[in-house]
Amino acid sequence: MVHWTDEERQAITSIWAEVNVEEAGHQALTRVLVVYPWTQRYFSTFGNVSNATAIAGNHMVRAHGKRVVVALGDAIKNLDNVKATYAKLSELHSEKLHVDPENFKLLGETLIISLAAQFGAAFTPDIQAAWQKLMAVVTAALSKQYY
Amino acid sequence: MSLSAHDKELIVKVWTKISPKAAQIGGDALGRLIVVFPQTKIYFSHFADLSPSSPQIKAHGAKVLGAIGEAVSSIDNVSASLSKLSELHAYNLRVDPVNFKLLAHTLLVSLSAALGAEFTPEIHLAWDKFLAIVAAVLSEKYR
Repeated sequence: MVHWTDEERQAITSIWAEVNVEEAGHQALTRVLVVYPWTQRYFSTFGNVSNATAIAGNHMVRAHGKRVVVALGDAIKNLDNVKATYAKLSELHSEKLHVDPENFKLLGETLIISLAAQFGAAFTPDIQAAWQKLMAVVTAALSKQYY
Repeated sequence: MSLSAHDKELIVKVWTKISPKAAQIGGDALGRLIVVFPQTKIYFSHFADLSPSSPQIKAHGAKVLGAIGEAVSSIDNVSASLSKLSELHAYNLRVDPVNFKLLAHTLLVSLSAALGAEFTPEIHLAWDKFLAIVAAVLSEKYR
């Protein structure tokens, strides 16, 4: 089981309270598709995702980004049991979506960078560290059902 | 992986914009590195103060970003401009190259925090590529 300090929980929930889920999801997913263009392989049914402008304006990308960050909210509500919370999602990503787990890391990184853009200096090193830990826990949980 | 003309334009534009606060951003990035990835502190065991607010950490971060700035001014030949630093890292410092990626990440976070919405996905892409090139040049002579 993951051990969270009170400060870490606080760092996560206080930032989360200020996050606009749709916007953060859109930002993070747009960044993944632009910064790591090979990830576009998973979105061939989304229409035009071939350049930064198209990606940023693509409403399927926006909807999907929102979905992902809404799911992150489930992890945040269940910090003491992220693995169980994500068991079905992990199976889905492995068996149906066939997503390379490396991509969980990439999205984790771009989400952190999106949060830094939104919060500026208020996204302190300690707060960043708590969120990096959360991203690592989420990545591990989503990778758990792969075999 | 190489930089397009547009990438170079964006990299230089951002550098020009942030260079007045380069020291502060560099210090911030190194401070984040030692907090978020505490294993990196082993390279600074000779510093008296290993907290993110440490003057030594801030000064060293400033120095690192300064060197990156030099690479920006020679963006068409990063390898030549970082040649001495490449030797230093290979033969003296021998920092494990995995750490270049970690610092690249915290530098992107610091840039993002400093620029906010101006740190667009395209700019993020250009700087991510650039820092990867810098990392490759610094590890070039390791073996």
